Amino acid sequence: MVEVTLWGSLSAVAGGKARHEIEAKDIRELFRKLAEQYPGIEPWIDRGIAVAIDGTIYRDTWSKELPEGAEIFLLPRLAGG
Amino acid sequence: MNFDPRFSGRQFASVGTRPIRPDGIDKVTGRARYGADFNMAGQLVGRVLRSPHAHAVIKSIDTSKAEKLAGVKAVITAKDLPDLTDGDAAMYDILDNCMARKKALYDGHAVAAVAAIDARIARQALKLIEVEYEVLPHVTDVDEAAHHHAPLINDQVFTEGLEEKPAKPSNVTKRTQFGHGDVHKGFAEADFVVERSFKTEQTHQGYIEPHACVASVNADGTADLWVCTQGHFVYRQHCAQLLGLEASKLRVTSSEIGGGFGGKTHVWAEPVALALSRKAGRPVKLVMTRDEVFRASGPTSATSIDVKIGAKKDGTITAAEATLRYSSGPYAGSWAEIGAMTAFACYKLENVKTVGYEVLVNRPKTAAYRAPSAPMAAFAVESAVDELAKELGMDAVDFRIKNAAQEGTRASYGPVYGPIGIGPTLEAVKHHPHMKAPLKANQGRGMACGFWFNFGGQTCTDLNIGMDGSVSLAVGTVDVGGSRASLSLVAAEELGIDYSHVKAIVADTSSLGYNDMTDGSRGTFSSSMATISAARNAIKILRERAAQTWDIPVEDVHWEKGHAIAKGEKYGNLSPLSLKEIAAASGKTGGPIAGHSELVADGAGVSFATHICDVEVDPETGSTRVIRYTVVQDAGKAVHPTYVEGQYQGGAAQGIGWALNEEYIYGKDGRLQNAGFLDYRIPVCSDLPMIDTQILEIPNPNHPYGVRGVGETSIVPPLAAIANAVSNAVGVRMTHIPMSPPRILAALDAEREG
Repeated sequence: MVEVTLWGSLSAVAGGKARHEIEAKDIRELFRKLAEQYPGIEPWIDRGIAVAIDGTIYRDTWSKELPEGAEIFLLPRLAGG
Repeated sequence: MNFDPRFSGRQFASVGTRPIRPDGIDKVTGRARYGADFNMAGQLVGRVLRSPHAHAVIKSIDTSKAEKLAGVKAVITAKDLPDLTDGDAAMYDILDNCMARKKALYDGHAVAAVAAIDARIARQALKLIEVEYEVLPHVTDVDEAAHHHAPLINDQVFTEGLEEKPAKPSNVTKRTQFGHGDVHKGFAEADFVVERSFKTEQTHQGYIEPHACVASVNADGTADLWVCTQGHFVYRQHCAQLLGLEASKLRVTSSEIGGGFGGKTHVWAEPVALALSRKAGRPVKLVMTRDEVFRASGPTSATSIDVKIGAKKDGTITAAEATLRYSSGPYAGSWAEIGAMTAFACYKLENVKTVGYEVLVNRPKTAAYRAPSAPMAAFAVESAVDELAKELGMDAVDFRIKNAAQEGTRASYGPVYGPIGIGPTLEAVKHHPHMKAPLKANQGRGMACGFWFNFGGQTCTDLNIGMDGSVSLAVGTVDVGGSRASLSLVAAEELGIDYSHVKAIVADTSSLGYNDMTDGSRGTFSSSMATISAARNAIKILRERAAQTWDIPVEDVHWEKGHAIAKGEKYGNLSPLSLKEIAAASGKTGGPIAGHSELVADGAGVSFATHICDVEVDPETGSTRVIRYTVVQDAGKAVHPTYVEGQYQGGAAQGIGWALNEEYIYGKDGRLQNAGFLDYRIPVCSDLPMIDTQILEIPNPNHPYGVRGVGETSIVPPLAAIANAVSNAVGVRMTHIPMSPPRILAALDAEREG
């Protein structure tokens, strides 16, 4: 079980809650379970969500494991120049 | 991927040295081939017809007269680029931006294009195309566009991110919010509060090389595109989707690039060139004029930002809040969102809230510009931070040091930081001789901090060892700032050979697996990780070949300083085998030796910089001259320090232009008034002082060498550092970028009039 924090705008489509407890071993499973629970999140996942695990931002490694007790924070996927 | 990216703390032999870049001689002798330098047999000249109106319905387009003109081989409109985007809204916007479908949404929006046997006939043909417009009311100012009375640019847009879906459409496409704590409580605890509003005008990346490409679509469905881009694989994906081609049949070759800075992460003319070639049955070369570059490609957002910061008497910030409005052109974007994330990222804040609003305007589609959105947010925040330090009677650097984020701080955008470099950059600035240098009359000093995320992404690299032991390195990230030299150093480091034996190239899209583009400061970060991985895979084969030669187990063969070494007393009489010797024998030991790598280079470390700037302002004319400038930035590990310094200097130079002069100026008719370098003033060498640099190296724990991205952060602090310097020089807080002479004089007049 990991605790996941969503940024302000995303929490609006996740029942208005910023913090969620999810049973997920990696980013892929986290996204799947969030989408099952809150279908409104799916278009956001399609557009791109980055996952910060203990402060390190992962944009594409959906196989990245979510360690027990880690700080998990969802962020918009960013553009660069 | 079986690759451990963790920082290892190793000692370096090649990395950190400063060899001459492999593309340098070609560039200074004029041999380097840029986008417009490629030609194909039988190629035609492409030209684009653009809307003169800021906002207009396209009622009809009659191309018949142009088509009849001798020498014209193809004329296209949106009908020749049918919508194949299958509900992908972002791709539809790109398609509509390349060629307007129902409405022209800004001055310069493409409405038709021709391919002819020469430029003269192409220009004549454009004049023969008859477009009937119904001109609509327009809006180009970000604040006016956000107002509920503003002309609607897209009546299907309802603001996202609100608690309830709005009943009426709006030019505000999205609201986003970040932060933590309780800002009301924080401001109640403050002894001093600064609250100000700021504006920044729209600027262009100002790359010297205009967009240019040669497209050739063949009758069998295959196609070639030679193009100046920051990401040829992404261009392939986008062009293939928009043209209905199979990606594998479209081969895209990137040319040398004369600057991109984010503006060449986006297709503009390339789908049009391909559509012209498909219709004409001949190659088409399309090169944008400077006027077109300004009117129809890549500007950054114009912004309007409100900032409020409160602090206790002891200098502790108790609360910080910002509302950021960013223009995105006529299509939805996420530019204010990034501004809202980066605005307060330098600071340790218990109570922080940022809200971003994305605003449609009748201007060109906003594109990324070097650390997109961060410089404007930093300008507003760092100006207010400076003002608050003054009110507190604290030194500007000490105030920032007291409130700087550190390892374990919760970032204003959410997560907790790992090891970061904001504190060390501030300490370095505090002790830098620049801070103690005397100033004369009409001179002022300013400093400011900046933050950027950096990121990695999909990366693929091939490393091939020739029979003579030399090494070819094929990468898929376009070299925008010397990465071929840096990546050659990395390959030499891993293999234990001399840099001069490595030759790096940027491979085309048919020769290598997919690579994300060179943006987000990812080029050297990502491709160095893939190069290390590829080199280690090659070393594994080199060890196997040596083991085979010696007829011993591979586990007993180690790789040290470019040689296979048999470890163990029983092999005492075996001389090490060099890479060159193993390569020479490769034909008899199993064939070619190569290392390949495909990976997602995630875990790019965030980056911080602090800049110091001295200016002199002429109080009679308002003209400002930067007389001294210093950049201090964390690089993680500088692979090639000269090019890291170049990135630092380049970002500062662009920031100086943005801060003092650069600005899109629109007339009341919605037309751009200064679409050329005579009227859009970018700095030239004589405008700039020597920009001094100091590289700090706080290793990124998620890269084997500790590398962070370095390309973008250096443009984040300049607007604020220069604004603080000018404000200190003239004694008036400057709140509007650029601080052009008229704006400085107006601020001085306003101050005098009270």
